[in-house]
Amino acid sequence: MTEVRTGGLVDSPPVDRSAVLEALGTVRDPELDEPLPDLGFVSALEVEGDTVRVHLRLPTYFCAPNFAYLMVADAEEAVRAVPGVGQAEVVLDDHFTAEEINSGIAQRRGFQQSFDGLADDELDELRALFRRKALINRQQRLVKALLDAGATIAELGRLRLGDLPPSPELDAYIQRRAELGLDVGPGAPLVVDTDGNPIPPELLERHLRFARLTRVSIEGNAGFCRGMLATRYDLPAPTASGAAALGDEQVRR
Amino acid sequence: MYEKDGERYFVVDGHTHFWDASEENTKNKYGEGFIRCFYDYHRNLSPEEYVWPLEKYRKYDEPTMMRDLFEDGYVDVAIFQPTYLTDFYHKGFNTTEQDAVLKDKYPDKFVLNTSFEPRLGEAGLEQFEAKVAKYGSKGVKLYTAEWHDTSKGWKLTDPWALKYLSKCEELGVTNIHVHKGPTIWPLNRDSFDLADVDDAASTFPELNFIVEHVGLPRLEDMCWIGTQEPNVYGGLAVAMPFIHTRPAYFGQIVGELLYWLGEDRLLFASDYAIWHPKWLVEKFVDYQYPMQNEYPELTANVKRKILGLNAARLYALEVPEGLGVADEGTGPDVTGKPAIPVEASVGGHSE
Repeated sequence: MTEVRTGGLVDSPPVDRSAVLEALGTVRDPELDEPLPDLGFVSALEVEGDTVRVHLRLPTYFCAPNFAYLMVADAEEAVRAVPGVGQAEVVLDDHFTAEEINSGIAQRRGFQQSFDGLADDELDELRALFRRKALINRQQRLVKALLDAGATIAELGRLRLGDLPPSPELDAYIQRRAELGLDVGPGAPLVVDTDGNPIPPELLERHLRFARLTRVSIEGNAGFCRGMLATRYDLPAPTASGAAALGDEQVRR
Repeated sequence: MYEKDGERYFVVDGHTHFWDASEENTKNKYGEGFIRCFYDYHRNLSPEEYVWPLEKYRKYDEPTMMRDLFEDGYVDVAIFQPTYLTDFYHKGFNTTEQDAVLKDKYPDKFVLNTSFEPRLGEAGLEQFEAKVAKYGSKGVKLYTAEWHDTSKGWKLTDPWALKYLSKCEELGVTNIHVHKGPTIWPLNRDSFDLADVDDAASTFPELNFIVEHVGLPRLEDMCWIGTQEPNVYGGLAVAMPFIHTRPAYFGQIVGELLYWLGEDRLLFASDYAIWHPKWLVEKFVDYQYPMQNEYPELTANVKRKILGLNAARLYALEVPEGLGVADEGTGPDVTGKPAIPVEASVGGHSE
């Protein structure tokens, strides 16, 4: 009895291009908290047999290398997990550290080794810091909608996660809370600090002020990055969702 | 000086360059990448009629700069902020020496800031002292993402940086302009983080720390340290041009800064030649928040302070009769804002 197989190739399901795109859609710019395809950072996607090649691009030649590295690494991991993918090649173009990042990812060297002598650790702490910023941003989106609908600050302080109707914004907020290891049960308070602690009533207003500031910062950066990318690659001017949230859609001609 | 609707404004451009990124001066791909990145900033945020061809942008001449700033651009005094980048450009991108040529010819038009390089240690300290003696600088521009040999950046809290800041205090170089960039050692940390400015501002209460580009992309860090340190200021270069393409976002930046820092700690700047001061001044004077908001009002007096009077105070510039503001301002802590709880700060200031 002999088992005849041809290296498993004949049995491989073809790679579904839309599944790859979907996987890339789960990868976010850690700083801007938005999916790479929405930001225009995915410039090419090629499927050949069980090999997938993805090209990424960024708004400037000098975008921070640590965030750039995280995006390439996360994209590579997401693509590799798509059923049928044998090899995932994710390449960053037009960046001052493209060589270090691309070879580092291809050889699975990690950040510190990819930037020999220039880093003293991996990027976990950086990622966690920006997850906390994103948590505050996502919380602010929910809270702003409630305030606009007439809720008072005191009422916000009493709300629990389970009190809110389902919405994509709520899902996004809960997801980030879960990633940070914070309580996501229906009885958990809605407004918390980045450690998951409820905000005492007398500190609520200033917490919300700072949350607004954080949102202005993150969404403003995202809008600027879109604009710079469009200028750099001669793309149509962005109709940024970030700009809409900030109000520039309404004031634009 | 700019005049509109019976209001007059003394204009200090807090951030200008006289740079050379000509092909002959460009040393390597990093220098090429740097000027192209600058050019995209210029193209992305300028009104179309103000966009230059790349060749002109790489290196412009003295008559162009003098006309743009002082004839067309309403600027009374411009502050030079040198940016050396000697690892990218043979003779440097924009050195004190280059700027000094114009300062010598037009002494009343320019404030000549210089810079220091803490990674040069003791030798650099002497060079810095000599530069201050030669040029009489009252301010420095520091770019923490500047490369030097194998180093890709530094912090204001590095031991040598502290020695240089002590030297600034000793020499009366009181205005420390800090520009954060994308690289810093160690590279795994957030290079735009302003915690080191916070620490340095506490350590040197007699120095003024002007955070260039109001800390963008870390406006939240900027406002946070602004509430902690009364000697921290915001330079509005790079924030200003959003007034054209994204006026609501501009309003949010300025509104937040007015709320957290107050009207006495913000400095107008064009970042010339990235942007032309003419349209920035015109649009800023006309500006009203285009959206509903809870931010402090942007009155003519507030605009006067931002456009020139705040910088004039920091650099002891003489403001012509009748161009000041009626009131004396209310100091840094004007608005009676609630302080930010420590737990709400997510800017990485834990250590």
